[in-house]
Amino acid sequence: MTQAQFQARIDADIKIEPKDWMPEAYRKTLIRQISQHAHSEIVGMLPEGNWITRAPSLRRKAILLAKIQDEAGHGLYLYSAAETLGKTRESMIDDLHTGKAKYSSIFNYPTLSWADMGSVGWLVDGAAIMNQVALCRTSYGPYARAMVRICKEESFHQRQGYEVIMTLCRGTAAQKQMAQESLNRWWWPALMMFGPKDEDSPNTEQAMKWRIKRFTNDELRQRFIDATVPQAEFLGLTIPDPDLKWNEERQHYDSGNINWEEFYQVIAGNGPCNTARLAARQKAHDEGEWVREAAMAYSKKQEQRNKQVA
Amino acid sequence: MNHLFQYTIRLADNASILGHRLGELCGHGPILEQDIAMTNVALDLVGQARSFYQYAAEVEGANHTEDDLAYLRDNQDFRNLLLLEQPNGHFGDTIARQFLYDAYSFAFYQGLRKSKDATLAAIAEKAIKEVTYHLRWSSEWVVRLGDGTAESHAKIQAGLNSLWRYTGEMFEMDETDNQMLAQGIGVDLVLVKTAWLAKVNEVFAEATLTLPSDKTWMQKGSKKGIHTEHLGYILAEMQHLQRTYPGCEW
Ligand SMILES: [Fe+2]
Ligand SMILES: [Fe+2]
Repeated sequence: MTQAQFQARIDADIKIEPKDWMPEAYRKTLIRQISQHAHSEIVGMLPEGNWITRAPSLRRKAILLAKIQDEAGHGLYLYSAAETLGKTRESMIDDLHTGKAKYSSIFNYPTLSWADMGSVGWLVDGAAIMNQVALCRTSYGPYARAMVRICKEESFHQRQGYEVIMTLCRGTAAQKQMAQESLNRWWWPALMMFGPKDEDSPNTEQAMKWRIKRFTNDELRQRFIDATVPQAEFLGLTIPDPDLKWNEERQHYDSGNINWEEFYQVIAGNGPCNTARLAARQKAHDEGEWVREAAMAYSKKQEQRNKQVA
Repeated sequence: MNHLFQYTIRLADNASILGHRLGELCGHGPILEQDIAMTNVALDLVGQARSFYQYAAEVEGANHTEDDLAYLRDNQDFRNLLLLEQPNGHFGDTIARQFLYDAYSFAFYQGLRKSKDATLAAIAEKAIKEVTYHLRWSSEWVVRLGDGTAESHAKIQAGLNSLWRYTGEMFEMDETDNQMLAQGIGVDLVLVKTAWLAKVNEVFAEATLTLPSDKTWMQKGSKKGIHTEHLGYILAEMQHLQRTYPGCEW
């Protein structure tokens, strides 16, 4: 197959499957994107895991556990989807630990109050959904199918997060203050989740051409702002952006400037929790090594025993 | 003394404290699949805790909620087994603790499902399905670690040896146990011990592990609310928000 024939399939919205021929650059882009997405699910377990032992009720504890467990499941589906492109899970995880592979910069921010369990669901899962709904129609079959499963759970997470915030807003003054303070910290990092401005996103054009991406960063960001502002208003919370206002002509919200310096610093490893997040992942991996070895040794012994019986 | 309340709160605290400990591990497991498995067990235990606390609150009749009981009692009022508040340690320690408890609760709920108390019987009926899975999972890991590498064998054996001293109190019958047994509500812990020991022997044999000495000096106290030092820290963390912001909805 030629590049042109490949592109013709893409243009006809025919899904590319693992055994199909594909340009090396397409394969590489997908491995990078899907593994980065998988790492985000796994690293994303840490900021929320931080509050399991302090969840304020048994019901909330159960919901939070189930939510984080879902994220682990997303990580599994996505590693499997990436493995269909010829890279093993171990080597992807190695890339995460060495810093070669990235994960969503949002998870380098700390969770400092219970309200953050609301903000993460409402804003972080909310922003992720904007990206992921679009990815359900992405051109690579295994990735698109993984996203369909994942999206159902993400929208559930988003509603649960919103419900945490709503409960706080309907509670005492101190609880409402907790919700506002949390929104103040998460709003801008959530907007950064969509990535650089379109004019600073050199890979977007090719990714759109391959239909890996269906919308640009700025389009998705706008969609998120438009959806989220009314939700904040309904709760009586203030979005921490003095320039935010409805633009009747555009039929969209106008918003203030994102601090891109902060965004690039966090990506470069200088966010508040980059070091801690990677260290936690590395620690779990290192401390699990003897366990993985034992499991392997045992299954080898079992194989031997089965052979002897047969 | 309301024996039915006492009996129920013990079961609630067992599930809650072990669920809490496993929750600490969420996101830090040695293998992603096992991370998910441990969270599964934690979720089941928190669910069981809720059912038992709700019933305990009803039996108590003091207008408490499940969360009042979980979050507003102090150290001395908790009745969970000492085994369950022990730290997670390494994966071998976690598995050792889990297996010793799963084998116990499996046998215990087998008895409790026949309780004359319809609510306890119903909770046990549901729990036994979950615990069947937990016991299979923890047994498999005891075997895998015991019969894996020399290192894993040493680690799981050491974990079991050091936790063994907390297994004695699991089978001690006090006034509450005797009363509940006499009324056909509670379980005979002597029978539970027989079933537990059979399971432990079976799994240890397959895992090439050695049963710790039967002369081990046993630690006890949980039935009187005397705990190890670990519980205080668990509660400090668990109860932090409820205590800092009294009377709130969450
Ligand atoms: Fe997810
Ligand atoms: Fe999610």
